[in-house]
Amino acid sequence: MAQIVIKNIRKEFGAFTAVQSSSFTIEDGEFFMLLGPSGCGKTTTLRMIAGLELPTSGEIYINGEEVSQKPASQRDIAFVFQMFALYPHMNVRKNISYPLISQGMPKAQVKAKVEEVAAILGIQTLLDRPVGGLSGGDRQRVALGRAIVRNPACFLMDEPLGALDAEFREHMAEELRALHDRMHATTVYVTHDQLEAMQMGDKIVVMNHGVVEQFGKPQDIYDWPATTFVANFIGSPPMNFLRFEGMVGHGATHADLSGQRIGIPEMLDGASGALILGVRPENVHLEDAAPTKGRILAAEYLGTTQIVTIDTAHGQVKARIGSETPVRIGDQTGLRFDPRSITIFNPEGRALKSVANQRVLSHG
Amino acid sequence: MSFSITEPSPRQKWIAGTLVIAYALLTLIPLLWIIATGFKTPSDAIAYPPKVIFSPSLEGYVNLFTSRSRVTPEDLAALGPPTTWYDAIVRQYDMVITGPSRYGERFLNSVIIGFGSTFLSVFLGTIAAYAFSRFKVPLKDDLLFFILSTRMMPPIAVAIPIFLMYRQLGLSDTHLGMIFLYTAVNLSLSVWLLKGFIDEIPIEYEEAALIDGYTRFQAFYKIVLPQAATGIASTAIFCLIFAWNEYAFAALLTSGTAQTAPPFIPTIIGTGGKDWPAVAAGATLFLVPIMVFTILLRKHLLRGITFGAVRK
Repeated sequence: MAQIVIKNIRKEFGAFTAVQSSSFTIEDGEFFMLLGPSGCGKTTTLRMIAGLELPTSGEIYINGEEVSQKPASQRDIAFVFQMFALYPHMNVRKNISYPLISQGMPKAQVKAKVEEVAAILGIQTLLDRPVGGLSGGDRQRVALGRAIVRNPACFLMDEPLGALDAEFREHMAEELRALHDRMHATTVYVTHDQLEAMQMGDKIVVMNHGVVEQFGKPQDIYDWPATTFVANFIGSPPMNFLRFEGMVGHGATHADLSGQRIGIPEMLDGASGALILGVRPENVHLEDAAPTKGRILAAEYLGTTQIVTIDTAHGQVKARIGSETPVRIGDQTGLRFDPRSITIFNPEGRALKSVANQRVLSHG
Repeated sequence: MSFSITEPSPRQKWIAGTLVIAYALLTLIPLLWIIATGFKTPSDAIAYPPKVIFSPSLEGYVNLFTSRSRVTPEDLAALGPPTTWYDAIVRQYDMVITGPSRYGERFLNSVIIGFGSTFLSVFLGTIAAYAFSRFKVPLKDDLLFFILSTRMMPPIAVAIPIFLMYRQLGLSDTHLGMIFLYTAVNLSLSVWLLKGFIDEIPIEYEEAALIDGYTRFQAFYKIVLPQAATGIASTAIFCLIFAWNEYAFAALLTSGTAQTAPPFIPTIIGTGGKDWPAVAAGATLFLVPIMVFTILLRKHLLRGITFGAVRK
């Protein structure tokens, strides 16, 4: 089991910088998600932790030992590949025992260990089957078996559910999380699926263009995004952005959107220019008396809730409201924003510190 | 009646079957003719109209493997009755066996040179293809093109420079010289073919092995090689067929020690009368190793020839 510290890590492929000076810490036993759109550097970061890529600069500590230039075989890590990468010319048992054979473990011990792992994963009956005929889920289990069989310091997983169909993904995600809760092994998990990240992760790093945008607990990141990128990437539908020209000063409790005063958490930072007021759809309430006015453009029915799209003077706003509330397309409505949940972003897209988000942003 | 787009109808199957069988027979006729001629007597072999039904004789094979000389009937009588069946065959023509022919040696030369150069081409081709497939090689595309370009003219076009070079280097009429020559000719094919096969092996397999605690070389040896077996087998067959059948360079560069069977077989014909059965017997036996090799590897070959067409 291990703590992993990433310090100012950087990776260049020729002229292209895949990862720019990223730093974060993965605590012992954490289920840690590397989240971002494709090409954001999350897989490269994972591969650097694994030793499949060597960083251009920076340090990686696994349990206090600097390993950034060491080969993968000396890092005591296990890696689960997106396409599983089971050795096709070996059967399930050989696949799972392969890491043990390289350590020179005695045969009887290997056999016992493989059976034990197979029992954990429920694949005892598959042990002597070739891997070629297995279903996606079983292949995934064999790949996990190969990873857990030698009790590595940590597990690295590169979109391990990406190759499964949607229905089965949910199930495997639960299985993975249950396995983690049982083994308490540090796990680093790469995904581009924000729902998967929030559902499974103890902590999330959000990356974009090779830069760490924010890292923290899923709820903190969801409630208090550090940048407009995070606000937009996480949540479905994403955070609403109301763009306005103006200023908010230190200690302000209101934002002035062309005459409308909107209550915001007390600011600890100030900025002026093209600002953005961010509010999550569930914190937008339709109230006729509210000062911000808009016209309803569309409503999407989602069972217990509905997503209502409203056209306002500051752009379109989506509200998540109970589906029992009747809405008519074309109607004028008032919008009330829950003041405790609002984030103000400066013109560069960074969140301004307020009483509400200072706890989250100060460690990011 | 139900029909399927992918499944041919019985009639289509019948037509396809007939065509395939007809084509197979057509291509097999020369082969069968050679084999049959090997078992004819010299007079049957040149009979007109050709004899399809004939009484088989091993004369061709005896003549192929022996040197003989003519003796007077008196000397023949003095020798007493023939002691072996092949003696008996030879004596019908007032000849005695004076020793084995050179066919055995030439055949062995073919085996050494053919398999030696095949092994070398495939070995070098595999490691070169692996490097081109997996590593950042400076000027990779240019190098690959350069390798391919050695294939763009018929090798025999450089026969004279090679002849002169080999004479200078003392490689003329040596096994090593012929192995090097055939390897050089086959290498471009082998690098290109094998690169295609290795490109198709996902790099994750090796990465998984690296993480499982193996070295790069172990990963190559234990993971890539078994995966590339199909490609290696089909490349080996292509290389062997070329080296085995090559005539021009063998005729030019070898005359004794390292002479292979192809330039030797026609020389059988020269000694007293046109001994077609012996030539045919030599050709028949010459076909055997490559047929065995191909049949042994046929499963791989079939997958190999259609490689790239079907994924996974």
